[in-house]
Amino acid sequence: MRKTLTALALALAAATPAMAELVVPNLSYRTGPYAPGGIPYADGFNDYFTLLNERDGGIGGEKVVTPECETAYNTEKGVECYEATKGSGALVYNPLSTGITYQLIPKVSADKIPLYTPGYGRTSAANGKVFEWVFNYPANYWDAASVAIKYLLDQNGGDLNGKKIALVYHNSAYGKEPIRTLTELSKKHGYTLIEIPVDHPGQEQKSQWLQIRRDKPDYVLMWGWGVMNAVAIQEAANIKYPMENFIGVWWSGSENDVLPAGDGANGYKSLAMHGTGMDYPVYADLKQYVYDAGKASGAGDQVGSVLYSRGMYAALVISEAIRKAQELAGTSAINAVQLRDGFEQLEITQERMTELGLPNFGQAFKASCEDHGGPGAALIQQWDAAAKKWSLITDFIAPDDEVLVPLVMEDSAAFAAENNIAERCN
Amino acid sequence: MPDQLLYAMEAGLNGLMAGVMYSLVALGFVLIFKASGIFNYAQGVLALFAALTLVGFQDGQVPFAHLINAVFGTELHHFGWRLPAIVAIALAAGVMVLLAIVIERYVLKHLVNQPPIILFMATIGMAYFLEGLGDIMWGADIKTLDVGLPQGINETVESVTGSLLGYGFFVDNLDIVASVVAALLVISLTLFSQYSKQGRALRAVADDHQAALSVGISLRFIWVLVWSIAGFVALVAGIMWGSKSGVQFSLSLIALKALPVLMLGGFTSIPGAIVGGLIIGMGEKLFEFFIGPMIGGATENWFAYVLALLFLVFRPQGLFGERIIERV
Repeated sequence: MRKTLTALALALAAATPAMAELVVPNLSYRTGPYAPGGIPYADGFNDYFTLLNERDGGIGGEKVVTPECETAYNTEKGVECYEATKGSGALVYNPLSTGITYQLIPKVSADKIPLYTPGYGRTSAANGKVFEWVFNYPANYWDAASVAIKYLLDQNGGDLNGKKIALVYHNSAYGKEPIRTLTELSKKHGYTLIEIPVDHPGQEQKSQWLQIRRDKPDYVLMWGWGVMNAVAIQEAANIKYPMENFIGVWWSGSENDVLPAGDGANGYKSLAMHGTGMDYPVYADLKQYVYDAGKASGAGDQVGSVLYSRGMYAALVISEAIRKAQELAGTSAINAVQLRDGFEQLEITQERMTELGLPNFGQAFKASCEDHGGPGAALIQQWDAAAKKWSLITDFIAPDDEVLVPLVMEDSAAFAAENNIAERCN
Repeated sequence: MPDQLLYAMEAGLNGLMAGVMYSLVALGFVLIFKASGIFNYAQGVLALFAALTLVGFQDGQVPFAHLINAVFGTELHHFGWRLPAIVAIALAAGVMVLLAIVIERYVLKHLVNQPPIILFMATIGMAYFLEGLGDIMWGADIKTLDVGLPQGINETVESVTGSLLGYGFFVDNLDIVASVVAALLVISLTLFSQYSKQGRALRAVADDHQAALSVGISLRFIWVLVWSIAGFVALVAGIMWGSKSGVQFSLSLIALKALPVLMLGGFTSIPGAIVGGLIIGMGEKLFEFFIGPMIGGATENWFAYVLALLFLVFRPQGLFGERIIERV
């Protein structure tokens, strides 16, 4: 009896690590005011890892588990989720919240766990010399602001002198991120920046849009999230603001944001850091191994949407970083420190994206010890209300590094000084 | 006329319209508080639940589809029909009546004669329960609500003010509809409470539960009645706000806009909810217009509460609330 129990315990001990070797917690939000954005992102994130598990047997033979923890887009809950899951062998966090990211940066630095924040979070974390554990490639908020201005320059023959550009933003750490960049760029290009904050959740924006109606800015940029986006687009349609002059950041460019306004949203534009829709070969595999097998995350009704695509993209980058880390460490059962090396030496080429079934879906990039931010290029997409579809109207536009790099260096240097961080990578 | 004055007039006018939208939410609070002394924390969630149910019926969505599919491995999503708006509204109103019956039977009945704080806590529980129920029934994705209400700038107001003042005012058609609906609601509720048997019974219960019971008024019926009416008012508020932003879970936060209205107008007065809404709406928009740019903007959320608190300093019971004097 005793021998049997010992054998059983040994068998269990041997089996357990293989069942949960690569732990990638999914700090998601499927409830609360921001759930319409959190659900598709979480579904795309989970489904991609499910595909790798079902089709390839995981990554390097190790299955990936994505235990979900509900944050409700609430910073305190996000931190609780981090504390509750970090002991499970968590390899990386991707909380989909700038507020949570700011709270986690000191924690992951102490715990030595990578924090991956594609297209959100603290912009100056792009400087790997200071932010050893944070990665935000392929693009960040300041890249987005710069790309928007470069697009407008292109629309105006390279001259924005005398133009008025309004920034309608979520009155939070997230919404305020682009102000510094847009202010610097206004000095360079001669436009006037009008800042228009909207308080959480943004259900009522009459004052803001009356101001826009009075001030008549040539262009409106938006840094919104959740219901704020939908209300802003509806209000813009109400005051007959020309939609082709209204451009949102990539967090203001999902189907959720435009559908409630119906035909009024036609022509609205937004930035995008990846492709969208289901015209990619990876969806054939997803259908076979995930959707048709009944293993889709959530209700399975978000497939192909903008935010589903973004969640999938985040999972793809993490999985490639894991692959790289396994290669560097010479073992498939990597730990968080080894994954940091994988993130730092990650290179994703267009050939690799094609192999992964997502040709031209995202930009190629190569990270390094110094560069945790990637190339920062973005696309512009436009909403067709009749077809209920986003269409890409530009190729990838590179940001203005001449302005951005000094800003990133200045901000990260200030962070390093405040926190007594010695620069690395020297 | 100077441009600034015209702009201020436009901001004030839009503030009044926004105030009516706040009043629509505040009315539900007043009805329940007036009849039962309960501060219904769940009123915002009732508006969300009503709007979710309306869109669900209208679009022919299968309730609990996600749950059913997960348990039975089915692929149910829609019935394949789209109901006319009026039918969907009637069905959603029916669900709100059913909900009122369930609330009375399974919550309120067991809390008769409990202190108000217990009833308040129960409504907090109800709010979270209903939010979860709405999620499981209809899903948390954003839904487009289209019951045929007009939206966008009112051309008549714009052209009339343009020709008279040289600047065309913006007024949203949806806000005009909301104002008419709010006026009709207030008239109907006032007539109901003043001239119908049930309305008089409702007022009697509001004055004194024990005395009302002693003359044969059914407290349980009155509670079902008042929660049904509050549910209907929540449906109306849900339609108006949902038409603007789509139906999604932040709709429940519109309750935050109603609280300063209640503080200012009083918790027991239907006209107070309307007048309070108008004052809050206009006050916050004018403050944002004149002072907002000097202090960075986004003042409306907090200024509404400051305004309400200022009124409370002079009239603790609110503008129209009943002064409570407890004799020892």
